[in-house]
Amino acid sequence: MVSTIVYAFLSVSLLGALLGMGLAFAAKKLAVKKDERVILVEEALPGINCGACGFAGCAAYAEAIVSEGAEIGLCPPGGKESAEKVSEIMGKVLNFSEKKMVAKVHCNGNRERTQYDFMYKGVEDCNAAILLHGGDKSCKYGCLGLGSCIQVCPVDAISKTDDGRVEVDKDLCIGCKKCVDICPTHVMKMIPYDADYYVACNSFDKGGTVRKICTVGCIGCKICEKKFPESGFIVTNFLSSLDYDSKGVDREGAAEACPTNSICKIL
Amino acid sequence: MSYIAIFITFVFINNFILTQFLGLCPFIGVSKNTESAIGMGFAVTFVMAIASIVTWMVNNFILIPLEIQFLQTITFILVIASLVQFVEMVVQKISPQLYKALGIFLPLITTNCAVLGIALINVTKNYNALESFTAGSSAGLGFLLAILLMSNIRERLDLVKVPKPFQGVPIAFISGGLMALAFMAFDKALLTNLLG
Repeated sequence: MVSTIVYAFLSVSLLGALLGMGLAFAAKKLAVKKDERVILVEEALPGINCGACGFAGCAAYAEAIVSEGAEIGLCPPGGKESAEKVSEIMGKVLNFSEKKMVAKVHCNGNRERTQYDFMYKGVEDCNAAILLHGGDKSCKYGCLGLGSCIQVCPVDAISKTDDGRVEVDKDLCIGCKKCVDICPTHVMKMIPYDADYYVACNSFDKGGTVRKICTVGCIGCKICEKKFPESGFIVTNFLSSLDYDSKGVDREGAAEACPTNSICKIL
Repeated sequence: MSYIAIFITFVFINNFILTQFLGLCPFIGVSKNTESAIGMGFAVTFVMAIASIVTWMVNNFILIPLEIQFLQTITFILVIASLVQFVEMVVQKISPQLYKALGIFLPLITTNCAVLGIALINVTKNYNALESFTAGSSAGLGFLLAILLMSNIRERLDLVKVPKPFQGVPIAFISGGLMALAFMAFDKALLTNLLG
């Protein structure tokens, strides 16, 4: 009886000590030396692994910066702050001037404002829906509202509205452009974070066609471009777009003058 | 012949996930996409195979001679955990590629109940070293089969409208349960039919 207790105690403690020492020895012997700059750079990056830089994740990008000399400042979520830290670690001078960009759905057509050709009851995915006659909306350029972008968004910044569209929360958006890439109608576009106005339409249809199928679509009337030349609105292919690098004088007037209210203020 | 019987038993008849319900945590946690499911499956197979051999040695060379088999559970956990740590270090040193593919899964399964389960089952069934190894690797392959099927099901489920209360893990468990029902078709009769 006593011997069993002694054996049990001895064997387990011996086994534990042996394995512990073995592991400690192995950790020393088999340690893989990592360039410490890789660890530092990885810490300076946001660590959300969104892939917007074009590498497999933050760790892969950090590795590429240090060992392959990849460009600094490819990380939109980290922005200027993290790019500055990284260039400090790498001892490189940084020319990073880009403004923070966020995604925005350029469509205001919901179930009341826009006509639908048919009822879509299929796979909940815009890229699947567009295979059927370009989607259920009569307008083939608008937001299909099935949320392919929601699936790819790494920070859950996009949500469905009740009326058949999606919306981006600009304070959550990190500007990784994944939604822009996945959107089949290209209605998701990047705008500056501090943008004041945007054109809430993506339709290249002629004015008459747009009027028939949507009450809030841009009809390409050029009022914004002609009456407010300083505001930065440019109409091409029957669609107005806003040049955010322009002076932007009296965009408010242009928004009020727009006959279909497709120029909207960003709150 | 008995090795084939062991293989069939642990892959189909006594599948760890779908019949014995061991190791459900990685089965649900890492089955969201096929790629990581395959990585996890192979990591489990690998760990189970070596754990079977090592625990057999510990059991036969330490526990049985000292007549302290009641310590099986604790020593097996100790040995398996340190073994996996060690293997992780070796893999990291020798093959960074393999480490990238398997490495992140290894620490997750150090004390997985499926790994401990195969060690204890080997003991209760009185398998010899080679039989233990066969049982371990077959059980791992059974796990791989189950998690691979599950990941394919879940990739399809992503595209279907699931009622809100069932979204995510609940529907995964329901699918897993249905798979388990399907696996009930495999029973001892399969062995007699195949091997006589």
